Amino acid sequence: MAVIGHIALNVFKESVRDRVLYSLVAFATLLIGASYLIGQLTAGQDVKIIKDLGLAAIATFGLFIAVFIGIGLVWKEVERRSIYSLLAKPIRRHELVLGKYAGLALTLLVNVAMMTIALYLVLAYLNTQFSDNARAVWPAPAVDVGMLRAIGLIFLELLVVTAFALFFSTFSSPFLSAALTFSLWIIGEFNPELRNFEAVVESPAAAYLARGLSYVLPNFAAFDIKTQVVYALPVPSSYLLTTSAYGAVYIALLLTGAVAIFERRDFK
Amino acid sequence: MDAISTEKLTKHYRVGFWRPRPYVALDALTLEVGRGEVFGFLGPNGAGKTTTLKLLMQLIFPTSGRAEILGRPLGDLVVRRRIGYLPENPYFYDYLTAEELLDYFGSLFGYGAAERRRRVAALLDEVGIGAERRLQLRKFSKGMLQRVGIAQAIVNDPDVVFFDEPMSGLDPLGRREVRRLMLKLRDRGCTVFFSSHVLSDAETLCSRVAILVGGRLVASGPLSNLLAFQVQGWELVLTGVTDTALEQATRCGQVVRATRLGAEHYALELPVTTAPERVVSDFTACGARLVSLTPMRETLEDYFVRQVADAPRNREWGRA
Repeated sequence: MAVIGHIALNVFKESVRDRVLYSLVAFATLLIGASYLIGQLTAGQDVKIIKDLGLAAIATFGLFIAVFIGIGLVWKEVERRSIYSLLAKPIRRHELVLGKYAGLALTLLVNVAMMTIALYLVLAYLNTQFSDNARAVWPAPAVDVGMLRAIGLIFLELLVVTAFALFFSTFSSPFLSAALTFSLWIIGEFNPELRNFEAVVESPAAAYLARGLSYVLPNFAAFDIKTQVVYALPVPSSYLLTTSAYGAVYIALLLTGAVAIFERRDFK
Repeated sequence: MDAISTEKLTKHYRVGFWRPRPYVALDALTLEVGRGEVFGFLGPNGAGKTTTLKLLMQLIFPTSGRAEILGRPLGDLVVRRRIGYLPENPYFYDYLTAEELLDYFGSLFGYGAAERRRRVAALLDEVGIGAERRLQLRKFSKGMLQRVGIAQAIVNDPDVVFFDEPMSGLDPLGRREVRRLMLKLRDRGCTVFFSSHVLSDAETLCSRVAILVGGRLVASGPLSNLLAFQVQGWELVLTGVTDTALEQATRCGQVVRATRLGAEHYALELPVTTAPERVVSDFTACGARLVSLTPMRETLEDYFVRQVADAPRNREWGRA
């Protein structure tokens, strides 16, 4: 475990030195700029729109970090041959894969945490700009702890995306890995539509195929509870638990696959 | 127990996309390297030296055969704790400083922070990296990276160290320092296994060498043995040589070439078939005095070139 920790910390250090956390500056700028503009254009909807925008931005920034760093995690080590010195040390190959994954997970955690803090700060500021009467008609308070549930699932979704990127990077080029990961993410966002395919096609075979695919392909839509949180709609704990377990199983399967491929690979 | 042993270690690759065919990168390499030796692993480009080192480091897996380091199988973590490896043209994380890199690698061996600090400082001194140790590696020259590479290979004070072309990228001073370091490691009891194109380094450093050509081992053994079989004659230097004695020796075929170095001072080349003691006694009987008698052996370079030239070239086994 200690080895995995050391490798993870090195990945995190690389992300920091490669200025990945600069994305936080972009996020904060976007949020503050948007809240100013929205304040000028809308009446009383500011908080809801900032919540929507903030949560969407956390997911989008995280997605780009997960994909673009994830696809290079293993590929860069192999391509630049730094893996030669590393694998000669007393580490197992699976520790390298898991350490790399944990390092990017840590980078994402810090990123999502910082963006969450920035979002709450902007919302807290907006909260002071309205009267009690105006606040009374909001579906949820501006500084709403319930938003953390949506952010938690966004983070989990990012971990699944990272696992996909890492899995593909163990055997393909960065371009192909990025294309495959993004494709799966898009399909995953529309996964529930596959289950309702029978409503729009007449062929039973096509409907069965679509339903079958919906079970195999990731269902990223399940991680999206942004609307429920913004409108203070109920999200049962059982749903959160089931979705978390679903994400954990997916991650475990992908990491097992990545390790299995990596264990057998020749580094010519 | 040998430091390194391989038995029929073989690696094939499949080359070609449409009609893949096997390519023999290493062909049944059987080798034993004793503990505390400096062992030179020589061969031209593409001979299979790096393939062998990668097999020993388990960066690639053998098609057949087996290998052990310190009497244990290669994948054993106990072995990994006791070995070091410098890859050819090493690349390290360029966002780290030399200190951070060695600290990171030290942490993978489980050393505590204080121990790592001590080792890192000592190692960087050892390989001659001074104030630059706090610069990011992206600012390092090739020679400096090579030094860092050597330092990371010995961060754990290994019992066996593998250097793949350790002199690559180094200036003459750097090469001398690396030679000194290798001998120092040997004196500590460390086995040094290094591949090189630079035969003079092998000649200076190695107790034994192996020569690999086209994936096959063509020669191995103590340097003195390999070259002793190839004595090509003797060089005899004498003073007080009279013209008559020289003429007589040349006529009898005892001398094939005479080079005049000064008045009655000659360097004579004797054929390998001649007993040099007899020639010396004949000349001294005529009043000459012996200055030196040196066997003329082929150099490692001559030997290497001949082995490479004689070795079969075909490495594709259409019917393998």
